[in-house]
Amino acid sequence: MNFKGKDVISIDDFSKSEIIHVLKTAERLEKKAMPNILKGKILGTLFFEPSTRTRLSFESSMKQLGGNTIGFADAHATSVSKGETLHDTIKMIEHYSDAIVIRHPLDGAARLAAEAASVPVINAGDGKNQHPTQTLLDLFTIKKAQGKISNLHVGIVGDLKYGRTVHSLTKALSHFHCKLSFVAPPALRMPVQIIRELEEKNIVYSEHERTEDIISDVDILYCTRIQRERFPDPREYERVKNSYILDVPLLKNVKKNLKILHPLPRVNEVTTAVDRTPYAYYFQQASHGIPVRKAILALVLGGLR
Amino acid sequence: MKKPLVGEIGFGTVIDHIPCTATFKVLQLLGPQDDLVVVGNHFSSMKIGKKGIIKIANKILTEKELSKIAVLAPKATVNVINNGKVQQKYKITIPPQFKNVIKCINPNCISNHENSGTLFCVISANPLRVKCNYCEIVIDKEEIQLQ
Ligand SMILES: [Zn+2]
Repeated sequence: MNFKGKDVISIDDFSKSEIIHVLKTAERLEKKAMPNILKGKILGTLFFEPSTRTRLSFESSMKQLGGNTIGFADAHATSVSKGETLHDTIKMIEHYSDAIVIRHPLDGAARLAAEAASVPVINAGDGKNQHPTQTLLDLFTIKKAQGKISNLHVGIVGDLKYGRTVHSLTKALSHFHCKLSFVAPPALRMPVQIIRELEEKNIVYSEHERTEDIISDVDILYCTRIQRERFPDPREYERVKNSYILDVPLLKNVKKNLKILHPLPRVNEVTTAVDRTPYAYYFQQASHGIPVRKAILALVLGGLR
Repeated sequence: MKKPLVGEIGFGTVIDHIPCTATFKVLQLLGPQDDLVVVGNHFSSMKIGKKGIIKIANKILTEKELSKIAVLAPKATVNVINNGKVQQKYKITIPPQFKNVIKCINPNCISNHENSGTLFCVISANPLRVKCNYCEIVIDKEEIQLQ
């Protein structure tokens, strides 16, 4: 499989075998440091909106493989704020770097950047659309937690209507014959488009309003934040907000192998008491950003095949 | 009904089998014409029940116009008329992609902010459903806006 020069824009572009290859490469890089494979390569990190965690994760990954980085953390400091188009910015940066990581507030910006650039472009979040390296690290985490991805029962809880993380994860899991259970208040249910895709692929899924309904059956519980501003009626938020807080008493009858994931940062949807249970796995999940991003960089820059 | 309609022009195009609700939209998207235009609606049709017909003298449809018609009237047929006779007859086909034909309905889509053009992939022809190449939004036929 040859990833060299490939753009990483949307998880929808990845076949199952490509996903597996990225995860295997991440495993290789976790076991063995390869501090020289990207020596002499420069990564441009273009953060048109700030995201410190994602940017540092990419920059650290690049440096751990022997490469270097240039870029900006905030578009206000650049000519972009003077009205330069994204296309023209990319046309300039491509001469300075061997690959580009882009984060942008507009949906589809990464695809446009990839069309403009002659070097590979990696999407680090385009508006509400995609964040494929987050999805790959979520899959990597599930694999590490359960030893496999296929044939698991995965529960996904929280804002399923607007959460790009859960949309991408759902689409990615549909390659692996997982059973999916969605838990959300009625106003924040999974969009019909995604449900329709699952039905077309004959994926077994169910929809619920309470975490209690599924928690004793699932192998993975993926929690996300519910934001007050997503509710058209604030009273509705007040009514449901406590139903989506995961606390220790809820974990009484769960499967032994259950692992709880969360893309972080959390507010209160998973209590700190849960951190001390054997089910908490979100800090390990956060640490997987490095091997997965190293794998992506090594593959698209030709350091590994 | 068909024969006199065709017979009236020497050279031009007849668009047939347009859904009645789309007839005037198709006319509108073709813009102002210099020559004879005949529009009929609610003709009986074996194929689609009731139909609209548009006939335009001295006009050959462009690829782009055909793409736009495909969105509004996917079952339409096009007759190219020469010397008063049907020289060529073909069905409108849904192309695999629409380039610079559809406007993205997502206000946060980069294609509405930068002059990149638009590109939509057809993910289902019947019913028509398209996906934006940029923001990846999926749009059903009823929501499609032409550029
Ligand atoms: Zn769009």
